[in-house]
Amino acid sequence: MIRVKDLVKIYKSGDSELVVLNGLNLEVKNGEFLSIIGRSGSGKSTLLYQLGLLDHPNSGHIDIDEVDTDKLAKDERTRFRLNNLGYVFQDYALVPELTAFENVAIPLLMQGKEKSEIKKVATEVLDRIGLGGKLDNLPSQLSGGEQQRVSIARAISHNPKVLFADEPTANLDNETSDSVMKVFLALHKQGQTIIMVTHEPEYAAMTERTVLLDGGIIKSDKKN
Amino acid sequence: MTLTFLNLVIVSGILVGLIEGAITGIKERYLGDIFISSLLNKTYIEQTPMIVGFAKSLPEVKAITTRYLKAGTIEANYKEEIATKKPTDLDKSVGTQMVGIDPNDENSVTKISNLVIEGKFLEENDYDKVVLGALLLKKYLDFESAAFPTLSNVEVGSKVRINVNGNTREVIVKGIIKSKVDEIDRRVFFVDKQLRGLINRFDYNANEIVLRLQPNADPLVVKKFLLDNGSGQFARVQTQEDAEPKFIKDMKQTFAILGNAISSIGLVVAVITIFIVIFINAITRRKFIGILKGIGIKSSAIEIAYIIQSLFYAVLGTVIGTAIILLILVPYFARYPINFPFSDGILVVTTSGIITRIVVLLIATLIAGYIPARIVVKQNTLDAILGR
Repeated sequence: MIRVKDLVKIYKSGDSELVVLNGLNLEVKNGEFLSIIGRSGSGKSTLLYQLGLLDHPNSGHIDIDEVDTDKLAKDERTRFRLNNLGYVFQDYALVPELTAFENVAIPLLMQGKEKSEIKKVATEVLDRIGLGGKLDNLPSQLSGGEQQRVSIARAISHNPKVLFADEPTANLDNETSDSVMKVFLALHKQGQTIIMVTHEPEYAAMTERTVLLDGGIIKSDKKN
Repeated sequence: MTLTFLNLVIVSGILVGLIEGAITGIKERYLGDIFISSLLNKTYIEQTPMIVGFAKSLPEVKAITTRYLKAGTIEANYKEEIATKKPTDLDKSVGTQMVGIDPNDENSVTKISNLVIEGKFLEENDYDKVVLGALLLKKYLDFESAAFPTLSNVEVGSKVRINVNGNTREVIVKGIIKSKVDEIDRRVFFVDKQLRGLINRFDYNANEIVLRLQPNADPLVVKKFLLDNGSGQFARVQTQEDAEPKFIKDMKQTFAILGNAISSIGLVVAVITIFIVIFINAITRRKFIGILKGIGIKSSAIEIAYIIQSLFYAVLGTVIGTAIILLILVPYFARYPINFPFSDGILVVTTSGIITRIVVLLIATLIAGYIPARIVVKQNTLDAILGR
């Protein structure tokens, strides 16, 4: 369960201030597939970064599974991200020199897992998303959709409690986007909590619940 | 990195080797392993036969030579000059040391015959024949100095006039030697039998006794044997190191400091290079570093990765550099020394010197790798991911 209370994020530029999140409140249940939509600048990505502990809000609280993330020290926060959260970025964010397998293995390696377990898990995850035959391919040898699927595999390889996806289909064509969404839906079906930012209403509609951000607060929150 | 390591080792190695070459030259061609000379208040070594006899009985001693010395003058072209000499002209004779040696004994200790650059070396029965050190001749000392007067127009076969102990003799130049050791190269060599006659030294008391020891013999042990035997009452007994001129020791230290100073400039360049390489590498991967941090990888792990990368460069460089030095350069310079004017320069490389430089380079590289990685890694994770 993610509980967000009175979340405020302000960007300062010289003397001017831009209030992006203005006392936002939100709850996401375990196993839920939530999409966040809104026009450009509405704060949807900013909200995702705060929830994913990639950024610090100016005020407010974020509890993830009863852990008050405000109270985590820098190293604890890093450890918490490694063990509990997964990220899928719009531009895949794969390390170009590493193969698909190695990219997926990074979080497992950093968790200190055994070599044999890393091999087993990374291979299984890549197999699950249909890339079992491309373990040794470099990102440059994969299509955009395949790269995004590797990115998803990396995000879920360590069984995160929450999977965050920041416009995961923005750089993909329709057909590939559909296949990526299918992967998300399959993960959701297996009980994965997913929070996805998108600007495409049809993909938002495929999720379990959609919140619309406007003016730094949730304008609407509906079940799909 | 290999070049930096080579620079670190070779610059000081050659500068020290230049002096080391001079020291080796002095040892091999002049002082031997043990140098016995007359006491400061005596004109020669009393009881020379006793000392030589005792030294010969020591199993550590491989070869012995005795040298008879007397100051004298040498003159060339004197016949031509008689006609042209004006009352105001200075005497053109050159003051030098006349040295009497047994050619075979001297050769067994210093291999002096190998130093002949013109003509031939002395033989046991040579009479009225001399070998000249090259620095007595103008053609081998191409500067004019009142402190180092030289003879002109002297070749092998020329007649020169020797004046020693009040005796004047006309002798033939049989050969010219060049050793790069001034003490040798400014001497006139006679067969000892003739010189002893000229200087009335019929008691076999010499001025210098030089011992060459067996390869693994300890000079200090031999010196102690000689002193215990009472040789110290009649002569100064010194190891080659004792007898080495102090300025040589000072120069060796000076050149080592100089070499290290020059090498340290190379080290600074290497540090800057590593810094730039790692910094550019880290900056161009800023986004991926941000992503890795975002995933939950600790900053320290990323920093360590960069330190390992820079250490990899350093280790690879030092391994290749050490191999080049030990397998190629040291044997090469040992075989083909650098022909410096006053020594045959070798490359001096010690194990401790190499280890010290490897450690210095690794520490410098570690710092040069860590700082840029730290600069990039400590940037805001989200800014790095979003390229802000």
